[in-house]
Amino acid sequence: MIPANFTYHKATTLQEAIALSGELGEEAKYMSGGHSLLPMMKLRFATPEHIIDISKIQGLSYIKEDDDLLKIGGLTTQTEIEHNALLQEKYPIFGDAVWLTADPSVRNCGTIGGNIAHGDAANDQPALMLALRATIIAEGTDGKKEIPIDEFFHGFYMTALEQGDILTEIQIPKARKNSGGAYYKMERKVGDYATAGVAVHIELDDAGVCTEIGIGLTNVSAVPMRLERGEAFLRGKAVTDALIEEVAQMASEDCEPESDLRGSEAYKRSIVNTLTKRMLNKALERARQ
Amino acid sequence: MAKHTVTMTINGESVTAEVDSRLLLVHFIRENLDMTGTHIGCDTSSCGACTILIDGKSVKSCTYLTVRADGANITTIEGIAADGTNHPLQQAFHDQHGLHCGFCTPGMIMRSIDMLENNPNPTEEEIRWGISGNLCRCTGYNNIVKSIQQAAKEMQQEKEPTV
Repeated sequence: MIPANFTYHKATTLQEAIALSGELGEEAKYMSGGHSLLPMMKLRFATPEHIIDISKIQGLSYIKEDDDLLKIGGLTTQTEIEHNALLQEKYPIFGDAVWLTADPSVRNCGTIGGNIAHGDAANDQPALMLALRATIIAEGTDGKKEIPIDEFFHGFYMTALEQGDILTEIQIPKARKNSGGAYYKMERKVGDYATAGVAVHIELDDAGVCTEIGIGLTNVSAVPMRLERGEAFLRGKAVTDALIEEVAQMASEDCEPESDLRGSEAYKRSIVNTLTKRMLNKALERARQ
Repeated sequence: MAKHTVTMTINGESVTAEVDSRLLLVHFIRENLDMTGTHIGCDTSSCGACTILIDGKSVKSCTYLTVRADGANITTIEGIAADGTNHPLQQAFHDQHGLHCGFCTPGMIMRSIDMLENNPNPTEEEIRWGISGNLCRCTGYNNIVKSIQQAAKEMQQEKEPTV
Protein backbone atom coordinates (compact mmCIF):
# COMPACT_ATOMS: atom_id res chain seq x y z
CA MET A 1 0.00 0.00 0.00
CA ILE A 2 1.21 3.46 -0.89
CA PRO A 3 -0.13 6.62 0.75
CA ALA A 4 -2.13 9.10 -1.34
CA ASN A 5 -0.06 11.95 -2.76
CA PHE A 6 1.21 14.55 -0.36
CA THR A 7 4.12 16.95 -0.14
CA TYR A 8 6.85 16.31 2.38
CA HIS A 9 8.54 19.13 4.29
CA LYS A 10 11.40 18.74 6.70
CA ALA A 11 11.65 21.10 9.66
CA THR A 12 14.97 21.36 11.46
CA THR A 13 13.83 23.73 14.21
CA LEU A 14 10.65 24.12 16.22
CA GLN A 15 10.18 27.65 14.86
CA GLU A 16 10.53 26.41 11.29
CA ALA A 17 7.95 23.67 11.87
CA ILE A 18 5.43 26.03 13.42
CA ALA A 19 5.95 28.60 10.66
CA LEU A 20 5.49 25.91 7.99
CA SER A 21 2.30 24.74 9.64
CA GLY A 22 1.00 28.32 9.75
CA GLU A 23 1.79 28.73 6.07
CA LEU A 24 0.32 25.39 4.92
CA GLY A 25 -2.76 25.48 7.16
CA GLU A 26 -5.29 22.79 8.03
CA GLU A 27 -4.11 20.29 5.41
CA ALA A 28 -0.69 19.93 7.02
CA LYS A 29 0.09 17.28 9.62
CA TYR A 30 3.17 16.88 11.77
CA MET A 31 4.93 13.53 11.70
CA SER A 32 7.39 12.43 14.38
CA GLY A 33 7.86 8.63 14.53
CA GLY A 34 5.19 8.16 11.86
CA HIS A 35 4.09 4.76 13.14
CA SER A 36 0.52 5.84 13.82
CA LEU A 37 0.07 8.37 11.03
CA LEU A 38 1.76 6.57 8.13
CA PRO A 39 -0.27 3.33 8.53
CA MET A 40 -3.42 5.49 8.53
CA MET A 41 -2.23 7.25 5.38
CA LYS A 42 -1.54 3.92 3.68
CA LEU A 43 -5.10 2.83 4.46
CA ARG A 44 -6.45 6.25 3.35
CA PHE A 45 -7.92 6.87 6.80
CA ALA A 46 -5.80 10.01 6.71
CA THR A 47 -5.02 11.97 3.54
CA PRO A 48 -3.06 15.06 4.56
CA GLU A 49 -1.81 17.21 1.68
CA HIS A 50 1.34 18.12 3.54
CA ILE A 51 3.53 16.27 6.00
CA ILE A 52 5.87 18.29 8.17
CA ASP A 53 8.61 16.00 9.45
CA ILE A 54 9.54 17.11 12.97
CA SER A 55 11.70 14.07 13.78
CA LYS A 56 14.94 15.89 12.92
CA ILE A 57 14.39 18.78 15.34
CA GLN A 58 17.24 18.79 17.84
CA GLY A 59 16.83 19.15 21.58
CA LEU A 60 13.40 17.56 22.02
CA SER A 61 14.64 14.16 23.06
CA TYR A 62 15.52 13.97 26.77
CA ILE A 63 14.51 12.51 30.12
CA LYS A 64 15.52 14.48 33.21
CA GLU A 65 14.49 15.60 36.66
CA ASP A 66 14.37 19.36 37.10
CA ASP A 67 13.30 20.85 40.45
CA ASP A 68 10.04 19.15 41.35
CA LEU A 69 9.38 17.73 37.90
CA LEU A 70 10.24 14.81 35.69
CA LYS A 71 10.53 16.18 32.16
CA ILE A 72 10.39 14.08 29.02
CA GLY A 73 10.96 15.66 25.60
CA GLY A 74 8.22 15.09 23.04
CA LEU A 75 10.53 13.42 20.52
CA THR A 76 11.93 10.90 23.01
CA THR A 77 11.44 7.47 21.46
CA GLN A 78 9.83 4.55 23.22
CA THR A 79 13.19 2.73 22.97
CA GLU A 80 14.93 5.60 24.77
CA ILE A 81 12.28 5.41 27.49
CA GLU A 82 12.75 1.65 27.74
CA HIS A 83 16.52 1.88 28.28
CA ASN A 84 16.59 4.99 30.49
CA ALA A 85 18.24 4.37 33.88
CA LEU A 86 16.34 7.13 35.73
CA LEU A 87 12.95 5.78 34.63
CA GLN A 88 14.01 2.20 35.39
CA GLU A 89 15.04 3.17 38.90
CA LYS A 90 12.39 5.66 39.96
CA TYR A 91 9.47 5.40 37.53
CA PRO A 92 9.02 1.69 36.74
CA ILE A 93 5.49 2.31 35.40
CA PHE A 94 7.14 3.46 32.14
CA GLY A 95 8.99 0.17 31.76
CA ASP A 96 5.74 -1.71 32.39
CA ALA A 97 4.04 0.16 29.57
CA VAL A 98 6.80 0.42 26.97
CA TRP A 99 7.51 -3.32 27.19
CA LEU A 100 3.92 -3.93 26.08
CA THR A 101 3.75 -1.22 23.43
CA ALA A 102 4.04 -2.49 19.84
CA ASP A 103 7.43 -4.18 19.28
CA PRO A 104 11.11 -3.18 19.47
CA SER A 105 11.44 -1.97 15.85
CA VAL A 106 8.29 0.15 16.10
CA ARG A 107 9.52 1.50 19.44
CA ASN A 108 12.76 2.60 17.73
CA CYS A 109 10.64 5.10 15.77
CA GLY A 110 7.61 5.81 17.93
CA THR A 111 7.83 8.83 20.23
CA ILE A 112 6.09 9.53 23.52
CA GLY A 113 4.85 12.88 22.18
CA GLY A 114 3.29 11.21 19.17
CA ASN A 115 1.73 8.50 21.29
CA ILE A 116 -0.08 11.15 23.34
CA ALA A 117 -0.75 13.78 20.65
CA HIS A 118 -2.39 11.15 18.43
CA GLY A 119 -5.33 11.25 20.85
CA ASP A 120 -6.11 7.56 20.61
CA ALA A 121 -7.59 5.96 23.74
CA ALA A 122 -6.08 2.65 22.56
CA ASN A 123 -2.52 3.98 23.02
CA ASP A 124 -0.79 3.16 26.31
CA GLN A 125 0.83 6.45 27.32
CA PRO A 126 -2.42 8.43 27.81
CA ALA A 127 -3.48 6.22 30.76
CA LEU A 128 -0.03 6.69 32.33
CA MET A 129 -0.27 10.44 31.89
CA LEU A 130 -3.66 10.46 33.63
CA ALA A 131 -2.38 8.33 36.51
CA LEU A 132 0.77 10.46 36.90
CA ARG A 133 -1.13 13.77 36.54
CA ALA A 134 1.06 15.03 33.73
CA THR A 135 1.10 18.50 32.27
CA ILE A 136 1.48 18.70 28.51
CA ILE A 137 3.67 21.49 27.16
CA ALA A 138 2.99 22.55 23.59
CA GLU A 139 4.33 25.27 21.35
CA GLY A 140 2.47 26.79 18.45
CA THR A 141 1.66 30.00 16.63
CA ASP A 142 0.27 31.49 19.87
CA GLY A 143 3.44 30.65 21.77
CA LYS A 144 3.89 28.19 24.57
CA LYS A 145 1.03 26.61 26.49
CA GLU A 146 0.67 24.31 29.46
CA ILE A 147 -2.24 21.90 29.32
CA PRO A 148 -3.24 19.83 32.36
CA ILE A 149 -3.79 16.24 31.25
CA ASP A 150 -7.44 16.34 32.36
CA GLU A 151 -8.07 19.05 29.74
CA PHE A 152 -5.99 17.41 27.01
CA PHE A 153 -8.11 14.60 25.51
CA HIS A 154 -11.23 15.92 23.79
CA GLY A 155 -12.52 13.00 21.74
CA PHE A 156 -11.63 10.29 19.26
CA TYR A 157 -8.30 11.50 17.79
CA MET A 158 -9.05 14.96 19.16
CA THR A 159 -6.95 16.78 21.72
CA ALA A 160 -6.43 20.28 23.09
CA LEU A 161 -3.63 20.74 20.53
CA GLU A 162 -4.64 23.29 17.91
CA GLN A 163 -3.44 23.61 14.33
CA GLY A 164 0.27 24.38 14.50
CA ASP A 165 0.83 23.16 18.07
CA ILE A 166 3.67 20.73 18.71
CA LEU A 167 3.79 18.68 21.89
CA THR A 168 7.28 19.56 23.12
CA GLU A 169 7.42 18.23 26.66
CA ILE A 170 5.67 16.14 29.26
CA GLN A 171 5.97 17.23 32.86
CA ILE A 172 5.21 14.89 35.72
CA PRO A 173 5.48 15.58 39.47
CA LYS A 174 8.77 14.07 40.63
CA ALA A 175 8.50 10.69 42.36
CA ARG A 176 8.09 11.16 46.10
CA LYS A 177 9.06 8.90 48.96
CA ASN A 178 6.49 6.11 49.42
CA SER A 179 5.09 6.44 45.92
CA GLY A 180 4.72 3.78 43.25
CA GLY A 181 3.11 3.13 39.92
CA ALA A 182 2.26 0.17 37.73
CA TYR A 183 0.71 -0.54 34.34
CA TYR A 184 -0.55 -3.60 32.56
CA LYS A 185 -2.70 -4.24 29.56
CA MET A 186 -4.33 -7.39 28.29
CA GLU A 187 -3.56 -7.96 24.63
CA ARG A 188 -4.65 -10.70 22.24
CA LYS A 189 -1.09 -11.14 21.03
CA VAL A 190 2.22 -9.38 21.54
CA GLY A 191 2.21 -5.88 20.11
CA ASP A 192 -1.55 -5.53 19.88
CA TYR A 193 -3.53 -2.58 21.16
CA ALA A 194 -5.00 -3.15 24.61
CA THR A 195 -8.15 -5.20 25.06
CA ALA A 196 -8.12 -3.16 28.25
CA GLY A 197 -5.34 -1.59 30.31
CA VAL A 198 -4.98 -0.01 33.74
CA ALA A 199 -2.36 2.47 35.02
CA VAL A 200 -2.09 3.24 38.73
CA HIS A 201 0.06 5.75 40.60
CA ILE A 202 -0.23 5.92 44.38
CA GLU A 203 1.39 8.01 47.11
CA LEU A 204 1.34 7.07 50.80
CA ASP A 205 2.21 8.97 53.96
CA ASP A 206 4.43 7.48 56.66
CA ALA A 207 1.43 5.81 58.28
CA GLY A 208 0.53 4.13 54.99
CA VAL A 209 -2.50 6.31 54.26
CA CYS A 210 -3.13 7.10 50.60
CA THR A 211 -2.47 10.80 50.09
CA GLU A 212 -2.72 10.86 46.29
CA ILE A 213 -3.85 8.37 43.70
CA GLY A 214 -4.21 8.35 39.92
CA ILE A 215 -5.96 5.62 37.94
CA GLY A 216 -6.02 5.74 34.13
CA LEU A 217 -7.77 3.26 31.86
CA THR A 218 -6.71 2.27 28.32
CA ASN A 219 -9.08 1.52 25.44
CA VAL A 220 -12.32 1.16 27.38
CA SER A 221 -13.83 4.53 26.43
CA ALA A 222 -13.77 6.94 23.49
CA VAL A 223 -11.37 9.21 25.38
CA PRO A 224 -8.58 8.03 27.72
CA MET A 225 -10.38 7.75 31.02
CA ARG A 226 -9.64 8.68 34.61
CA LEU A 227 -11.37 6.58 37.28
CA GLU A 228 -12.47 9.59 39.33
CA ARG A 229 -14.82 7.72 41.65
CA GLY A 230 -12.15 5.19 42.62
CA GLU A 231 -9.55 7.91 43.22
CA ALA A 232 -11.86 9.95 45.47
CA PHE A 233 -12.80 6.80 47.34
CA LEU A 234 -9.21 5.78 48.15
CA ARG A 235 -7.75 9.21 48.89
CA GLY A 236 -7.26 9.67 52.64
CA LYS A 237 -7.71 6.01 53.50
CA ALA A 238 -5.34 3.25 54.54
CA VAL A 239 -5.62 0.89 51.57
CA THR A 240 -6.92 -2.58 52.40
CA ASP A 241 -7.82 -5.59 50.24
CA ALA A 242 -11.50 -4.85 50.82
CA LEU A 243 -11.11 -1.27 49.55
CA ILE A 244 -9.17 -2.52 46.51
CA GLU A 245 -12.07 -4.91 45.73
CA GLU A 246 -14.47 -1.96 45.85
CA VAL A 247 -12.35 0.24 43.57
CA ALA A 248 -11.99 -2.60 41.07
CA GLN A 249 -15.77 -2.93 41.06
CA MET A 250 -16.12 0.82 40.43
CA ALA A 251 -13.65 0.58 37.53
CA SER A 252 -15.63 -2.20 35.90
CA GLU A 253 -18.87 -0.21 36.34
CA ASP A 254 -17.58 3.22 35.26
CA CYS A 255 -15.60 2.23 32.17
CA GLU A 256 -17.40 2.43 28.82
CA PRO A 257 -16.09 -0.42 26.66
CA GLU A 258 -17.72 -1.52 23.43
CA SER A 259 -17.91 -5.07 22.15
CA ASP A 260 -15.52 -5.53 19.25
CA LEU A 261 -12.94 -7.95 17.83
CA ARG A 262 -11.00 -7.80 21.08
CA GLY A 263 -13.90 -9.02 23.22
CA SER A 264 -17.39 -8.38 24.46
CA GLU A 265 -18.32 -5.49 26.71
CA ALA A 266 -18.82 -7.86 29.67
CA TYR A 267 -15.41 -9.49 29.10
CA LYS A 268 -13.69 -6.11 29.03
CA ARG A 269 -15.42 -4.98 32.23
CA SER A 270 -14.23 -8.17 33.88
CA ILE A 271 -10.66 -7.55 32.71
CA VAL A 272 -10.75 -3.96 33.98
CA ASN A 273 -11.87 -5.29 37.38
CA THR A 274 -9.02 -7.79 37.59
CA LEU A 275 -6.33 -5.46 36.25
CA THR A 276 -7.37 -2.63 38.59
CA LYS A 277 -6.87 -4.96 41.54
CA ARG A 278 -3.53 -6.23 40.27
CA MET A 279 -2.18 -2.78 39.45
CA LEU A 280 -3.29 -1.29 42.78
CA ASN A 281 -1.49 -4.12 44.56
CA LYS A 282 1.63 -3.78 42.40
CA ALA A 283 1.75 0.02 42.84
CA LEU A 284 1.30 -0.38 46.60
CA GLU A 285 4.08 -2.94 46.73
CA ARG A 286 6.40 -0.52 44.92
CA ALA A 287 5.31 2.40 47.13
CA ARG A 288 6.12 0.40 50.25
CA GLN A 289 9.61 -0.60 49.09
CA MET B 1 3.91 15.54 -7.26
CA ALA B 2 6.70 16.78 -5.08
CA LYS B 3 10.16 15.42 -5.81
CA HIS B 4 13.06 15.41 -3.42
CA THR B 5 16.72 14.68 -3.93
CA VAL B 6 17.94 12.34 -1.25
CA THR B 7 21.39 11.00 -0.47
CA MET B 8 21.98 8.11 1.87
CA THR B 9 24.55 5.46 2.53
CA ILE B 10 23.30 1.96 1.85
CA ASN B 11 25.58 -0.93 2.80
CA GLY B 12 28.56 1.40 2.70
CA GLU B 13 27.81 2.95 -0.67
CA SER B 14 26.48 6.44 -1.20
CA VAL B 15 23.24 6.57 -3.16
CA THR B 16 21.59 9.71 -4.53
CA ALA B 17 18.14 9.67 -6.10
CA GLU B 18 15.13 11.81 -6.85
CA VAL B 19 12.06 10.43 -5.12
CA ASP B 20 8.40 11.23 -4.51
CA SER B 21 7.28 12.29 -1.04
CA ARG B 22 5.19 9.17 -0.71
CA LEU B 23 7.76 6.59 -1.79
CA LEU B 24 8.18 4.07 1.01
CA LEU B 25 11.72 3.08 1.89
CA VAL B 26 11.08 -0.62 1.27
CA HIS B 27 9.97 0.16 -2.30
CA PHE B 28 13.00 2.36 -2.85
CA ILE B 29 15.31 -0.42 -1.70
CA ARG B 30 13.57 -3.19 -3.64
CA GLU B 31 12.50 -1.42 -6.82
CA ASN B 32 14.85 1.51 -7.32
CA LEU B 33 17.99 -0.17 -5.98
CA ASP B 34 17.01 -3.70 -7.02
CA MET B 35 17.96 -5.17 -3.64
CA THR B 36 15.23 -7.69 -3.03
CA GLY B 37 16.57 -9.29 0.15
CA THR B 38 14.36 -6.94 2.14
CA HIS B 39 10.88 -8.45 1.89
CA ILE B 40 7.36 -7.06 2.05
CA GLY B 41 5.10 -9.21 4.17
CA CYS B 42 2.09 -7.62 5.84
CA ASP B 43 2.85 -4.05 4.69
CA THR B 44 1.32 -2.80 7.96
CA SER B 45 4.35 -2.79 10.31
CA SER B 46 3.22 -6.00 11.99
CA CYS B 47 5.36 -8.78 10.51
CA GLY B 48 8.90 -7.38 10.34
CA ALA B 49 9.86 -9.00 7.00
CA CYS B 50 10.99 -5.55 5.80
CA THR B 51 13.25 -4.85 8.79
CA ILE B 52 16.46 -2.96 8.01
CA LEU B 53 18.91 -0.93 10.08
CA ILE B 54 18.71 2.86 9.98
CA ASP B 55 21.71 4.35 11.80
CA GLY B 56 22.09 1.02 13.58
CA LYS B 57 18.49 0.71 14.77
CA SER B 58 16.04 -1.86 13.45
CA VAL B 59 13.18 -0.22 11.56
CA LYS B 60 10.29 -1.59 9.51
CA SER B 61 10.97 -0.08 6.12
CA CYS B 62 7.34 -0.47 4.96
CA THR B 63 6.45 2.25 7.43
CA TYR B 64 9.21 4.73 6.68
CA LEU B 65 9.28 7.41 4.01
CA THR B 66 12.33 7.40 1.76
CA VAL B 67 12.68 11.18 2.11
CA ARG B 68 12.99 10.79 5.86
CA ALA B 69 16.06 8.61 5.33
CA ASP B 70 17.93 11.48 3.63
CA GLY B 71 21.39 11.51 5.20
CA ALA B 72 20.92 8.18 6.96
CA ASN B 73 23.24 5.22 7.14
CA ILE B 74 21.27 2.14 6.09
CA THR B 75 22.13 -1.52 6.28
CA THR B 76 20.11 -4.27 4.59
CA ILE B 77 20.58 -8.03 4.61
CA GLU B 78 22.78 -7.67 1.50
CA GLY B 79 25.28 -5.61 3.48
CA ILE B 80 26.16 -7.77 6.45
CA ALA B 81 28.42 -10.49 5.01
CA ALA B 82 32.05 -9.36 4.94
CA ASP B 83 33.97 -10.36 1.80
CA GLY B 84 31.89 -13.44 1.18
CA THR B 85 32.01 -14.60 4.80
CA ASN B 86 28.64 -14.94 6.45
CA HIS B 87 27.76 -12.68 9.35
CA PRO B 88 27.61 -14.81 12.55
CA LEU B 89 23.80 -14.51 12.49
CA GLN B 90 23.62 -15.70 8.88
CA GLN B 91 25.88 -18.63 9.69
CA ALA B 92 23.90 -19.48 12.83
CA PHE B 93 20.57 -19.50 10.94
CA HIS B 94 22.25 -21.89 8.48
CA ASP B 95 23.76 -24.12 11.18
CA GLN B 96 20.64 -24.30 13.36
CA HIS B 97 18.12 -24.62 10.51
CA GLY B 98 16.65 -21.30 11.64
CA LEU B 99 14.35 -21.07 8.64
CA HIS B 100 11.72 -23.05 6.83
CA CYS B 101 10.53 -21.02 3.85
CA GLY B 102 12.99 -18.21 4.55
CA PHE B 103 10.65 -15.29 3.94
CA CYS B 104 11.02 -13.86 7.45
CA THR B 105 14.75 -14.58 7.70
CA PRO B 106 16.25 -11.27 6.47
CA GLY B 107 14.01 -9.34 8.87
CA MET B 108 14.77 -11.72 11.73
CA ILE B 109 18.50 -11.28 11.18
CA MET B 110 18.38 -7.49 10.86
CA ARG B 111 16.26 -7.24 14.01
CA SER B 112 18.65 -9.58 15.86
CA ILE B 113 21.66 -7.40 14.99
CA ASP B 114 20.04 -4.46 16.81
CA MET B 115 18.94 -6.68 19.71
CA LEU B 116 22.41 -8.18 20.26
CA GLU B 117 24.00 -4.76 20.02
CA ASN B 118 21.89 -3.61 23.01
CA ASN B 119 21.88 -6.92 24.84
CA PRO B 120 24.86 -9.11 23.85
CA ASN B 121 23.88 -11.99 26.13
CA PRO B 122 20.07 -12.25 26.08
CA THR B 123 18.03 -14.90 27.88
CA GLU B 124 15.66 -17.04 25.84
CA GLU B 125 12.77 -14.93 27.08
CA GLU B 126 14.55 -11.71 26.08
CA ILE B 127 15.18 -13.15 22.62
CA ARG B 128 11.51 -14.07 22.21
CA TRP B 129 10.43 -10.57 23.29
CA GLY B 130 13.20 -9.09 21.16
CA ILE B 131 11.82 -10.66 17.98
CA SER B 132 8.19 -10.12 18.97
CA GLY B 133 7.74 -7.77 16.01
CA ASN B 134 8.94 -10.38 13.51
CA LEU B 135 6.55 -13.13 12.51
CA CYS B 136 7.51 -16.54 11.14
CA ARG B 137 4.42 -18.02 9.52
CA CYS B 138 6.12 -21.42 9.34
CA THR B 139 6.22 -21.07 13.16
CA GLY B 140 9.87 -22.10 13.25
CA TYR B 141 10.59 -20.02 16.32
CA ASN B 142 12.48 -22.66 18.32
CA ASN B 143 15.26 -22.91 15.79
CA ILE B 144 15.25 -19.14 15.24
CA VAL B 145 15.86 -18.70 18.97
CA LYS B 146 18.63 -21.32 18.86
CA SER B 147 20.21 -19.50 15.91
CA ILE B 148 20.23 -16.20 17.77
CA GLN B 149 21.69 -17.91 20.83
CA GLN B 150 24.50 -19.41 18.76
CA ALA B 151 25.26 -16.07 17.12
CA ALA B 152 25.19 -14.23 20.46
CA LYS B 153 27.77 -16.64 21.82
CA GLU B 154 30.02 -16.33 18.79
CA MET B 155 29.75 -12.57 18.59
CA GLN B 156 30.71 -12.29 22.25
CA GLN B 157 33.71 -14.54 21.74
CA GLU B 158 34.79 -12.40 18.81
CA LYS B 159 34.68 -9.32 21.01
CA GLU B 160 36.68 -10.84 23.85
CA PRO B 161 40.42 -10.46 23.46
CA THR B 162 42.22 -13.74 22.77
CA VAL B 163 44.73 -14.79 25.40
